[in-house]
Amino acid sequence: MNDNLTRLFTLDGTGQLLGLPFVQSALVAAALLGLVAGVLAPLIVARGMAFAVHGTAELAFTGGAAALLIGISVSVGAVVGAVAAGLVFGLLGLRQRERDSVIGVVLAFGLGLGVLMISLYDGRAANKFGLLTGSIVSVDSTNLWVLTAVVVVVLAVLAVVYRPLLFASTDPDVALARGVPTRLLSPLFAVLIALTTAIAVPIVGAVIVLAVTVIPGAAAARVTANPLTATLLAVAFAELALLGGTVLSLAPGLPISGYVATIAFLCYVGCRLVGRARGQVRVG
Amino acid sequence: MTTVAPRGAREETATAVTLRGASLRFGERTLWEGLDLDVSPGEFLAILGPNGSGKTTLLRVLLGLQPLHAGSVLVEGTTPARGSRAIGYIPQQKAMPEDLTLRASDLVGLGLDGHRPGVGLRHRAERREKVRAALESVGATRYASAPVGRLSGGEQQRLRVAQALVGDPSVLLCDEPLLSLDLAHQRVVTELIEQRRREAGTAVLFVTHEINPVLPLVDRVLYLVDGRFRIGTPDEVMTSDALSELYRTEVDVLRVRNRLVVVGAEAPHP
Repeated sequence: MNDNLTRLFTLDGTGQLLGLPFVQSALVAAALLGLVAGVLAPLIVARGMAFAVHGTAELAFTGGAAALLIGISVSVGAVVGAVAAGLVFGLLGLRQRERDSVIGVVLAFGLGLGVLMISLYDGRAANKFGLLTGSIVSVDSTNLWVLTAVVVVVLAVLAVVYRPLLFASTDPDVALARGVPTRLLSPLFAVLIALTTAIAVPIVGAVIVLAVTVIPGAAAARVTANPLTATLLAVAFAELALLGGTVLSLAPGLPISGYVATIAFLCYVGCRLVGRARGQVRVG
Repeated sequence: MTTVAPRGAREETATAVTLRGASLRFGERTLWEGLDLDVSPGEFLAILGPNGSGKTTLLRVLLGLQPLHAGSVLVEGTTPARGSRAIGYIPQQKAMPEDLTLRASDLVGLGLDGHRPGVGLRHRAERREKVRAALESVGATRYASAPVGRLSGGEQQRLRVAQALVGDPSVLLCDEPLLSLDLAHQRVVTELIEQRRREAGTAVLFVTHEINPVLPLVDRVLYLVDGRFRIGTPDEVMTSDALSELYRTEVDVLRVRNRLVVVGAEAPHP
């Protein structure tokens, strides 16, 4: 028990590990993912899409498992699964109740299929487990280029559609009346989420994608109503969680999931406490 | 003359909204047909009728979101297009999440340029000044940077007026903007709309199921019931005879101290 605790928080050798090329690749991957996840997070929260992101991540897992089974690139499988899920969820628009149940249906089916395919796969066990928890230390230069390309594409699209997307996400009725093509933006945004998710799943795992695309936005919304400040804060929280989690996981040699999720969670709790303290001051 | 006239100060002959033989159907159901309507600049038109009579759908036609089944529609002389600068839109008050990342000034600013692509880094000074002026005109300066989700319904509806007017529209479409407001806030929002109409000659199309809060301001009423309609001044339309004919049942209109009470006009089941 005590040994386990010591192992969780050890920093023995972290210094030397940080000098290794594969660790540096991992840190670059974490930073890139933190940037794009942080930018998307406030919009995901404003649109009430946390569950949709969860569904998308699980479908990326299903796609990855299918790819593993038929022997093609896991990344390709993850992209196909996530984009297909994203399009379905995006076309459902903002009608909360219907979306909720459809995501539940698709997610359950996809997860079931994924587990079945993982069980049928008789290759390396690390490959199976990696889809859920990721293996950030296995990031190679190809992964990095793909990740960079996705980040550039997502940020470029956001640069064009950000303002109407913010309008449609926070004030859908008036946005529609003002001529914002809300029907077009929903699936487009879902595809942006899907691309980010799909690339991130093999690297950091399905669990972490959810932790860094939703928690930073939810945390920021507790302490500011300024959309720009919220975005900057969310990026900061996502980077803190991903980079901090990667560094802390090095010496123990454990998956980063627990570390990243814990840091993100602490950011959220901290923001809630700050928000509550301020709220009491304001109400008097 | 080459002077640029402010909006609303144009010739009397120009109409803000024109409908000719307009019909709208959903499948077998006819919402209304053969609708001819001219709304002049500065006119206040109340649109009344039971639920499902096509009041909101009429606004959607004017916003360019819903094509007509037959007939024609013009707003400021042109076919309605999505995102027209000529139109301001005020929705009914709805609860917003408390932690929505949007301040009062952001809500108003989105009314100005939220439909345009980009991230909004250009023309920031000009934008800030317009938003400031719009917030001031509705008396919302005090809570300009407050989160919208934490404001009261009345405060939110003031912002909605500012959001609709910040783009300097010549036609104002209001979809039950007083719903779920208390009497004091109903009066404030009504006065803000009336002030705009007086000062800028903005035509107001006001969908409501309760005419009394706006009765002193109404020039004409469009009353829609089950595919039939009647257009005229409140004195012409809000009578027992006219409404009994529209509803095809006994309806009584009573006048009690400058308020109209309509008895027997319960919504027919759709």
